[in-house]
Parts: sequence; structure tokens; C-alpha cells
Amino acid sequence: MKKLSRRLSLQYGAGAIIGFLLPSRVIALSENHAKILIENVASDINTIINSGKSGAALTGDVEKLFKRYADLDIIAKTTLGRDSRRASSAQLRAFSRAFSGYMARKYSKVFREFEGGRIEIEGIRKVKSWHEVKTGVYLRGRSKIQVLFLVSDKSGKDLFFDMIIEGISLRLTERTEITAMLERRKGDINALTEDLKKAG
Amino acid sequence: MPSLIEKFINQHMFITVVLATASILSGCTEMPESHPPGEPFDPYEETNREIHEFNVDLDRQIVRPTGLGVTKAIPDDLEDGLGNFVSNLSLPGAAVNNLIQGNMKGAWNDTTRFAVNSTVGLLGVFDAASDMGMAEATNTNLSETLYIWGVQDGAYTELPLLGPSTGRDAVGTIGSVLTNPLNYLFNTPQSYVSIAATLLNAFSARGRNADLVDSVLYESADSYAQSRTIYLQNRQFRYARDDADGYLDDYEDPYQ
Repeated sequence: MKKLSRRLSLQYGAGAIIGFLLPSRVIALSENHAKILIENVASDINTIINSGKSGAALTGDVEKLFKRYADLDIIAKTTLGRDSRRASSAQLRAFSRAFSGYMARKYSKVFREFEGGRIEIEGIRKVKSWHEVKTGVYLRGRSKIQVLFLVSDKSGKDLFFDMIIEGISLRLTERTEITAMLERRKGDINALTEDLKKAG
Repeated sequence: MPSLIEKFINQHMFITVVLATASILSGCTEMPESHPPGEPFDPYEETNREIHEFNVDLDRQIVRPTGLGVTKAIPDDLEDGLGNFVSNLSLPGAAVNNLIQGNMKGAWNDTTRFAVNSTVGLLGVFDAASDMGMAEATNTNLSETLYIWGVQDGAYTELPLLGPSTGRDAVGTIGSVLTNPLNYLFNTPQSYVSIAATLLNAFSARGRNADLVDSVLYESADSYAQSRTIYLQNRQFRYARDDADGYLDDYEDPYQ
């Protein structure tokens, strides 16, 4: 009896310890994943902004970066807002593909502004359902530029779904732009996709 | 260049009148409770869009070509120095605003920064303070003071020449001329030096950031809406300061 209760309490004890450790380990694990992802992003960005490349070569590198580390589908879909609901999956796919090239062309201009600088990770925290990784871009003769990456694994993979530069969210800004582009085409998503292939 | 500066000074009266009118108009406009969160409060959009057209024309004809010329003519190091010089000039005004905001630490930071850069940094041309590892400038202004005091933001307003603003920010912009102690210390010609440097720096910044500014003004489907969202998002970020949750208020989870 004594032995049994000792065993029980040991088991309970172990169970309690495991139960206590488990959630925090899971959180730490996903936090770690988010951090590793952005470490890779930062390392690639540092390579890009110090490569001296411009034009199509630069755009190509930026597109690779987005394709590898960003959830382009969710970014593209949410820039369509409510209109994404009436789009067919083929339309969404075509739009998402065009959007990826557009983003690369447009944001390679941002990366060109960062030329010769370096990006560093400064912190990570859990926000709502995602992790926010805070980074700083250091440029000679300018104050630090804050860039936040919002990372989620809800797509099944750790990917970032927004890049917020000095408070300016890529996703929200592009949502305004895509809304305007769609309005110009009177709501025609196929025409918007065609426009997007040339824009940026 | 001199003709541009003369033009600027001649237009100063005009700008002040326009600013005052704009701020009276939009400053008094309170946002209704029913206004959807996350959407810009822009009841004067039609007028704003006309002013935006004017600003884009001005950019196309004067600011952009001059900016590209300036950045081509002046070596990068000199442009850095010009930028430092102009930033340094804004420090006394920022220090005063920090005082009014009750931010003594910020006031001290900006004052010591001004002292170091004006002397060791040779009138502010070199950012000696940053090299010495001193705290960054607070970059505050009267608009932020009004925000901290809880003055109503008013309607979004695009100002002629100056671009995106709101009722409150427009009042801050006019008032900041009044709160800059340098304007009381110096009479002409020193004040012309500061106006000329500020203007030249604005052109230089336009030239140096040409790709980004062009992409907003000339390559976007609706450059008015783009400038508005960029301005409002960035302003929310600046006012949030150390409050890291500043952007989250209206931010929706895209996976939901």
C-alpha cells in the first residue's frame, strides 16, 4: 500500500511536471521556429542588400525570398478583401501568381533603399495567434528603420504573412492598392490579374 | 535656386492662409461614433483629391526634377551633412515639445544632442552624438504634443505643398514654426539659411528616395489613397512610441 501510493504520487508528480512543462515547451518550440524563419529571412535580406544587384536580377532574388518565406496566398487573398469570396479557386491561383511577381517588383525598390545596410533581429513575442519578430535595419547616416515580420504556422508551414516597415503594413497598403485597381476594372478579377502582371 | 526660395517666401503668406483655413475646417470636424474603425476619416475627400492633383503636378514639374538634379549635383557625404544639419535645427523645437509633454528625459536627450552636434558636430553637419552612442533624437513635434494632450484629430486633410495631414497635424505644423526657439534667436539672414537648408534638404530627400516616392505617386492605381494610408499608418506607429501594441487595434487576423 505504501509502495503503491509512493508509486502513484511519483507518477502523478511526473505527470504534473510533464503537464506543466509541455505547453511552455510547445510555445517555446513554435517561437523558436518563427525565430529561425526570420533568421533565414534576415540572412537572405543581408545578402540581397549587399549584393549590388539591381533591375531584374534584384527582383528575381526578392521574389525567391517571398516565395520561400512568405505566405503569398494568404497575403494575396486578403488584399482582395471581400471580393476574394466570389473568386473561383482558379482565379485566386492566377491572381496569387501575378501578385507574387508584382510584390517582387515593387518591394525590390524598398530593398534598394536598404542597400549597404544590415538587418538584425531584436526581439520576438507572441501576439494574438501569431509571432511578431522585431527587426531593425541599420543604414549609415540614418536612424534605425523598424521592420516587423508576422509569422504564423496556420498554412501548415512557418511563413510570414506581413512585413510592417515603420508601422506601414505591406498587407494593408496593398489591400488599398488592389481595391483601387479592382475598382478601375469595375470588379473584373481577371482583368485585375492581367494589370497586376505589368504593375509594380 | 534663389528664385525658388523667393517664390517659397512669397507663397508663405498664401500657405499660412490655406493651412489656417484647412485646419479650421477639418480641425472642427469631429469623427462620428458610427465611423468604421480602421477606415480613414476623410469627409472632405473631394477637395483633398483636388489638392492632391495640384501637389502631384507640382512634384512632376518642379520638385521631382529639382530633387533629382540636387541629388546628382551634391556628393552623398555632403547630402548626409545637409540632412544632419537640418535634423539638428529641429532639436530645440523638439526639446520644447518634450517639456510640454512632460517627457523630461526626451527633453534632456534632445538638448544634449543639440549641444554636442552644434559644437563637436560643427553646427550639426556631423552627427557626433550618434557616433558617441547617445540616445536617438525623439523627433517629436507640436502635432504629437497636441495628440498627447488629447486634442481631437479632425478630418484627414491633404495640404498644398506639404501633403498628407489631419486637422490636428495642420495646426501643429503652423504652430511648430512658433515653437521653434531658433526662430526667436535669429533674424535674417540666419533664418534664410535655415529655410534654404530645409528646402534644399527636402529636394535632396525627394531625389534620394526617388524610386519609392515615384512608386507611390506615379505607379499606383490611386496615389491619393496610397499616400493617405501610408501617412496614417506611419503616424500611428510614431505616436505609439514604446507601445508595441499600437498597430494591433484595427489589425485583423488574416487566417480567420
